[in-house]
Amino acid sequence: MTLSIRIIPCLDVENGRVVKGVNFRNLVDAGDPVEMAGLYDSEGADELTFLDISASSSGRATTLDIVRRTAEQVFIPLTVGGGIKSAADVDALLRAGADKVSINTAAILRPKLIAEIAKAFGSQVLVLSVDAQRAKTKSGFEVTTHGGRTGTGQDALEWVGEACELGIGEILLNSMDADGTQSGYDLEMIRAVRRICSVPIIASGGAGKLDDFSLALVAGADALLAASAFHFGRLSIGQVKDYLAAAGYCVRQPSIQ
Amino acid sequence: MILDYGSGNLRSAQKAFATTGEEVVITSDFKVGVEAAGLVVPGVGAFQRCMQGLKAVKGDEIIRIRVAAGQPTWGICVGMQILFTRGTERSFDHNSQDLQQGVGVWQGSIEKLQAPILPHMGWNTVSPPVDSKLFGGIENESFYFVHSYAAKSADVGQITWSEYGDRFVSAIEDGSVTATQFHPEKSGRAGLALIENWVAEL
Repeated sequence: MTLSIRIIPCLDVENGRVVKGVNFRNLVDAGDPVEMAGLYDSEGADELTFLDISASSSGRATTLDIVRRTAEQVFIPLTVGGGIKSAADVDALLRAGADKVSINTAAILRPKLIAEIAKAFGSQVLVLSVDAQRAKTKSGFEVTTHGGRTGTGQDALEWVGEACELGIGEILLNSMDADGTQSGYDLEMIRAVRRICSVPIIASGGAGKLDDFSLALVAGADALLAASAFHFGRLSIGQVKDYLAAAGYCVRQPSIQ
Repeated sequence: MILDYGSGNLRSAQKAFATTGEEVVITSDFKVGVEAAGLVVPGVGAFQRCMQGLKAVKGDEIIRIRVAAGQPTWGICVGMQILFTRGTERSFDHNSQDLQQGVGVWQGSIEKLQAPILPHMGWNTVSPPVDSKLFGGIENESFYFVHSYAAKSADVGQITWSEYGDRFVSAIEDGSVTATQFHPEKSGRAGLALIENWVAEL
């Protein structure tokens, strides 16, 4: 296979600032998302994800501006998630320069939203973000909403199956149990989702060591997302790519500067 | 000049082409589209939706006139696919025989890729012909793809191949008509270098 494994840094943005990135190295303004996006691009990120965790509408307007400014400088795919409730929200983000949007809570509350977005813009723009945790549901994984704060009682695998039918382009599979721990991706969860879905899977939550990344690939992930591991300088994108290349995986090593 | 015939991310395409220093306008005006020094046709949604949008602004006619006159035209992603005679992709709502017909610059049909995981999403390598102008000076780079359908054969101009499940056509250089299945505007510095090569020939 000649398709590269994608390494995707995730920037959590609140009111115009990156909130996980306070200790990010080599930056004067550690919390500026546009600056961090540029730095990750130059380090070889294959895509970027902005997750808007602002609660206010002014915070959301700021995010649109950040997307706009990022898209002027960074020419790799940009996914934006957080607070998207309608096809009109998607339209505004795409027009600002986003390539894909990720949705979670709004789709669980109203699954038809998936079909509406897919019909208007094509399913390739739609990343279904699944925040799942271990629980006593049929598969042992429950889907949560509102950034993992609210359990739904709904089985995560059944939800993934339903969403795939409605038309999604890929799945961002985030383990709420592993999130932020840097103790490894939830491999069992990745394997379970891989068995039932044929769209690409982005593994998220728990990356901390180099072998975490290759283990997620063995489990069936197509792309690897990390926040803390990159922001806090524990690992660089280059290190992860070198490690995966040595392990025999195809990674993108751009040579044109 | 970038042809606007529906919603989508045209802004990043505009910014990417503007890095060459050329003026880049997003337009759906017939006359402006026909007369532009170079015209970029981006892809919007699925094949049929793309044809529907294109026809609504007479984009199919704009393309035919430009091709006949030898005016540089570049189709990106589905904007490449609709240059062929036929698309086989099913649409969510508006399935019609009429919209399965492409602009027909090239003979051939657009078929679904045979791969366990679709869409083909991410950075993949390309094998351009040795004398390709488009890929001139760009070696061993990857480009960003997002698609489930592609041309699996073509009998025109210079063909660049890629592989995902099947071997498919990832770029065509046919006189004044250029097409890429991947997104140059999303392919980092390699993509910008490609855009630079195309603009240099205008």
